[in-house]
Amino acid sequence: MSDSFDQISQQLKRRHRKSARLKWLSMGALGLAGLFLLWFFTDMLIKGLPAFQQAYVETEISYSEEAAKDARQAIDSDLIPIVSRTEIRSIPLLLRNEPDRIGSRETRWLLANSEVDQYLKGHRSKLSDKEIATVERLVASGQVEQKFNSTFFTQGDSKRAESAGILSAVVGTIMTMIVTLAIAFPIGVMTAIYLEEFAPDNRFTQLIEININNLAAIPSILFGLLGLAIFINFFGVPRSSPLVGGMTLALMTLPVIIISTRTALRSVPESIRHAAFGLGCSRWQVVKDHVLPLAMPGIMTGSIIGLAQAMGETAPLIIVGMVAFIPDVGASFTNAATVMPAQIFTWASEPEKAFVEKTAGGILVLLTILISLNASAVVLRKKFERRW
Amino acid sequence: MMQTNQLLLIFCSVLLILGLIAFFVGRSKAARLRASGSSMYAQPDQYAWFAVLSTAGPAVLVGTLGAFVLLLLGAEIHPLYLLSASLVVAAAGLAVGVVQVRADFHARKAIERVIRWVLAGAALISIFTTFGILISIIFESLRFFEMHSFWEFITGTTWNPGASFLAAAGRGDGSGAQFGSVPLFAGTFMITLIAMLVAVPIGLASAVYMSEYAPSKLRTIAKPVLEVLAGIPTVVYGFFAAITVAPIIVNIAGFFGLDASYNNAVAPGVVMGIMIIPFISSLSDDVINAVPDSMRQGSLALGMTKGETIRDVVVPAALPGVISASLLGMSRALGETMIVVMAAGMRPNLTANPLEDMTTVTVRIVAALTGDQEFESAETLSAFALGLVLFAVTLSLNLVSVIMIRRFREKYRVNNL
Repeated sequence: MSDSFDQISQQLKRRHRKSARLKWLSMGALGLAGLFLLWFFTDMLIKGLPAFQQAYVETEISYSEEAAKDARQAIDSDLIPIVSRTEIRSIPLLLRNEPDRIGSRETRWLLANSEVDQYLKGHRSKLSDKEIATVERLVASGQVEQKFNSTFFTQGDSKRAESAGILSAVVGTIMTMIVTLAIAFPIGVMTAIYLEEFAPDNRFTQLIEININNLAAIPSILFGLLGLAIFINFFGVPRSSPLVGGMTLALMTLPVIIISTRTALRSVPESIRHAAFGLGCSRWQVVKDHVLPLAMPGIMTGSIIGLAQAMGETAPLIIVGMVAFIPDVGASFTNAATVMPAQIFTWASEPEKAFVEKTAGGILVLLTILISLNASAVVLRKKFERRW
Repeated sequence: MMQTNQLLLIFCSVLLILGLIAFFVGRSKAARLRASGSSMYAQPDQYAWFAVLSTAGPAVLVGTLGAFVLLLLGAEIHPLYLLSASLVVAAAGLAVGVVQVRADFHARKAIERVIRWVLAGAALISIFTTFGILISIIFESLRFFEMHSFWEFITGTTWNPGASFLAAAGRGDGSGAQFGSVPLFAGTFMITLIAMLVAVPIGLASAVYMSEYAPSKLRTIAKPVLEVLAGIPTVVYGFFAAITVAPIIVNIAGFFGLDASYNNAVAPGVVMGIMIIPFISSLSDDVINAVPDSMRQGSLALGMTKGETIRDVVVPAALPGVISASLLGMSRALGETMIVVMAAGMRPNLTANPLEDMTTVTVRIVAALTGDQEFESAETLSAFALGLVLFAVTLSLNLVSVIMIRRFREKYRVNNL
């Protein structure tokens, strides 16, 4: 008899051990996902933070007659391989615009070459031994320094890593998002109102519902094909423009806005509708004056989340040509533009090593914007959420 | 073009003025009628809004429909005529709107009807979007299949569009171009398989932990943190896979004496899998929570341990939901573009070795549409044929997923899934 007791308790122990193992295993899976997130963000910070620092050289510029013709005469010949060529090239232009400067001298901090910058950050660089010696001497005398990289936030794209900035992409993103929101928000909210408040429950309504759920799961690149074949080739919307990008993204964001608006409308209790109907309101008056204001926080939250999603989208925009090289910052709906994710993609495909840092820096800017958008959505929801 | 813009501006301002006239004339007429003592169905403002609607509505409708028809027929009619026609309609609408201001006219009901139609029209846009996608990919693929046989596309094992580029440029006859999509689909399924091998176990286990074990405090933190994984833009994941993960995979493979390409399929697969985890965990979590507690109680009452209950009762009951979530995740992985564009290879490669470089359907779509090519070339059109297959596959996965989740919902009478 005691034999089987031992057997059973041993069996029980085994079973409980197995049960505990499942708990640890599932906890480990969750931990793994969290660890990945930690790894990912650390990696991005390590790679991207240096992009906000850039090497500058304190240079004496002599605005002589010769410099107006050949900019290389303006600065010390030792510094020519060290200072960024974008800076050197801008000297004759400056002199043409302000001729009274000719004959004067000036000491300024100029952008250093990306090779110098990479060398100072401890990466491999293509500098020759002589140039390295010059850089070391200048660092010792305090004439080469790492400073905050304002170029990155005030300039457009450039083929030279040191003068590439993200501003044109930020402006492009803003323009594109204006178009997206201007189309997707009204249409999405109207669709949701129709489905939730007006539509009879028939085949047609069900078709629309299934269709919306399906649209939400269609690969984003197919929206790009639609944009290319219909918006660009058929309607003749200018390629690469924020207009066509915004329209394409609007169709993609539509299901997100519709679904979240429907949830928000559904959370408004029936009693409010009944009370309004009881006072003699028509259906539209009920919706406009009572249901919609109460659902607005939820609708806004959903729209912000949809906007954040659209902002990070790249694939459809590549198809409609929004990966253009945009050196000048300009706000137009119909000219070629680029957006932040597309800029990241372009920089990621540059072979130069210095662009890896720029890419990661651009990613940090994008992630910061996305995280603050999502956080504001959460705050909005927390602040206005009502339990009925 | 500039002239059209100016015309449009003039049109809009005239329409605005007409609308304002309609509003004020309608309102004053209604107010006068009411002041004269007749009892009316609606408020003066409602009559005024009806007049505005009857002025602007038909005019805008005529304008847009007309422009669309002109574009469709390719007719060369100056936009001036179209816009003036629509202004005439607006004037007529204004007259009708003002005449309709009568005591026995139900202005509020009329507005209601118009609004209902406008809202239904907005709802139709989503249908149009699906049709738009379908039409664009079907028409262009048909043109592609006129050039290359469908059978070759489905069964061919060589994807070599290079020569078709020459043919489109007027050099060569394009006979060298081969569009056999098997290697592309093999690559796509390989990367998707790797992604699912990562995402399904981790996603399901996380869901089990969150719904069955985790204290509610941890749950409220863990759920949004997992959602962050889904919110990171795919271009960022692509960069991460190419720059950070791929070299690690190469090093690990090298440690075992294996030769791995820097564009191997494992790196994008693993990163894609991590991206999909929240899709699977979030839906699975909801489904596991929806499994009725009576089943857990029954199992525990029979002497099962908690682990056995979860493994043998809860998860099997939730299985349709879990499968449905996995299918959704799979359709997401098949259509994912940026991660593979940045981290996977460009070379169509029919192989079972995930350490080699291989390309996917979406990579070839992007490659075909970003080069400087004539739109008519077979390579450009092949992107649409690939898109068509992608659409068909993801659509069927989504539909099966919807059906599975509906079955689950009906079985356990859950409403909020």
